[in-house]
Amino acid sequence: MSDQGASGVDRLDRVFAEAREVNRGVLMPFVVGGHPAGTSLPDLLRALERGGAGVVEIGFPFSDPVADGGVIAAAMHEVLQTGRTVEQLLSEVRSVRSELSIGIVAMVSVSLVEKLGGAAFVRTLADAGFDGVIVPDMPLEESARYREAASRVGLGFTLLIAPTSQPSRAIEIAKASTGFVYLMARTGITGEQTQAPLISKPVAGLREAGSPPIAVGFGISSPEHVRAVVAVADAAIVGSALVRRLADSTSPAAEAEAFCRALAAGLDRS
Amino acid sequence: MATPPPPTHAATDATSPESEAPVRATMAVPDADGRFGQFGGRYVPETLIAALDQLAEVYQKASNDERFWDDLRQLEKHFTGRPTPLYRAESLSRHARKHADKKNHGATIWLKREDLAHTGAHKINNTLGQALLAKRMGKKRIIAETGAGQHGVATATACANLGLECYVYMGAEDVRRQHLNVVRMKLLGATVIPVESGSKTLKDATNEAMRDWMGSVETTHYILGSVVGPHPFPAIVRDFQSIIGRETKAQSLRHMEAMPNAIVACVGGGSNAAGIFFAFIEDHDVRLIGVEAGGRSSNAGDHAAPLTLGSPGVLHGSMSYVLQDADGQTQNVHSCSAGLDYPGVGPEHSYWKDTARVEYTVCTDDEALAAFTLLARTEGIIPALETAHAIHEAVRLAGEMPSDQHIVVNCSGRGDKDVDEAARLLGIES
Repeated sequence: MSDQGASGVDRLDRVFAEAREVNRGVLMPFVVGGHPAGTSLPDLLRALERGGAGVVEIGFPFSDPVADGGVIAAAMHEVLQTGRTVEQLLSEVRSVRSELSIGIVAMVSVSLVEKLGGAAFVRTLADAGFDGVIVPDMPLEESARYREAASRVGLGFTLLIAPTSQPSRAIEIAKASTGFVYLMARTGITGEQTQAPLISKPVAGLREAGSPPIAVGFGISSPEHVRAVVAVADAAIVGSALVRRLADSTSPAAEAEAFCRALAAGLDRS
Repeated sequence: MATPPPPTHAATDATSPESEAPVRATMAVPDADGRFGQFGGRYVPETLIAALDQLAEVYQKASNDERFWDDLRQLEKHFTGRPTPLYRAESLSRHARKHADKKNHGATIWLKREDLAHTGAHKINNTLGQALLAKRMGKKRIIAETGAGQHGVATATACANLGLECYVYMGAEDVRRQHLNVVRMKLLGATVIPVESGSKTLKDATNEAMRDWMGSVETTHYILGSVVGPHPFPAIVRDFQSIIGRETKAQSLRHMEAMPNAIVACVGGGSNAAGIFFAFIEDHDVRLIGVEAGGRSSNAGDHAAPLTLGSPGVLHGSMSYVLQDADGQTQNVHSCSAGLDYPGVGPEHSYWKDTARVEYTVCTDDEALAAFTLLARTEGIIPALETAHAIHEAVRLAGEMPSDQHIVVNCSGRGDKDVDEAARLLGIES
């Protein structure tokens, strides 16, 4: 992966295309920007790339993260206690962007996006070197002008599909997404046997409708989970399991790299 | 008689398409997307969209079903004890007259006695309505957030009466401040879940309730307690609370033989205020005044007054005035009253503010405590600390108004729950 030229949604497209060529899935770890305290975000991103991540999602700490579970909410709370700002996060990504070929996607609450001017915030992300943006608490209906703004600056815009989304709505959401679409499977259901059937039907429906690449997140914490997901979908998202490990670790960057490497063992489809 | 001058803004309008004529507030809101002007909408994770669609659809059908309203009216009459009285507070009015700036000033103050509704506050109006909706949706598990505990008690009460399972999220700090209501909820069979995250108050309880709902949405209805949250909640809660204003209008015409000149209500999330204001929105001669929690000072973190001191933003699913820092992080808030201790406000209030239909002001902790004592001593009514904010403003306003005018205060709740906190703040020894 040496294509330093592509950026934004083009880079995301390239990551998925390259993985497809070699019949592999994409590993998509999630970290909270600034967490854990004392570990630099650039170091963490380098470690995740070395460990085999294709795209990294960086969660912007938010005071009221209702879309996140306890582990991520606690990590965000901890970061905010240290007084970190959005600008600090942006400048850290800016500082390391040119070294990395992985895709970098912002996961940011609509409250922060709106406060910094909606469309203007999307431009700021592109300037800092992000390739895409996910606003987990902004559903399809409210998203039109942000999608437009993202497309103007070449940023991918990812919407989420929930287990409760009707099939026709899921297709609309997929088609409105660029870069990739995020498919949430039900939380709390683990084990290879039950996972694969749960997502294979919606994934098939989305593929038929011409969806962009499909990334699946649902409490993935082992290479077996990764294998089950990428057997049908394009990418496996690992959130809480990684954040919890980083919180508990004495050397988080090394932990991030080792955990990614272990999970990446499940990416090969052949 | 001189001809009226031509509108001076006409030329400006013609040259700058950006500027719009001021919009008059209407009762025909929200629109299909849940918008009150630019406010409201639905900013929630996709997981909740199906449930909100279902709720909107069921509510739409129920609204057009006479049997639904008959069921609710029966409960309101025989269980809640509606209509609540409109009480002429002679002694409080005399106090205001005595302290008026000018002679012949000091309007008559009337209290809309929501404190006499079953459970001791207006909150029951909403919970009975939503519990009936939950039954229509076939959802047997109910969750709720609560600040002062009044909404929690009202939800637990509705659930006990209608045979629903009830879980109430409450900030740990509020559990301490409002112990009496915690015991009431438990007696009513509800499970109270203390929330230890964040500031341990209403905002955090709301976060936890929304998290619960994300994982339980197929079997659970979330009875939101105020006119906040994603569409259709602000409209549903307003509609169930709007009986307060409809009764007030009919009672005013009977007792004053006129509309009141002004209506005053406290605003946290804004449900009691929306409830009494809504019926009067298009009666433009009636002044409507919302009173926010001024807390200790107007410094960030010392108050809970988003309409007066905040700016538009998104919190808990809708666009509205909110207290945020420069990044959009929710700011800490403070009020002596747990029910007003919230950094956001219902989107319809933001709409009323921007259309200048409702005036919003603040009342400090100290002023509220003084009004709390004043109403107790003059009228023999111990109001909720939330309500005391409105009482303070009504007394102040009465002094500026001619003595032949009338003010109605929404006496939104009784103060039994607050006596421990008030004793602590006022230094009363028991």
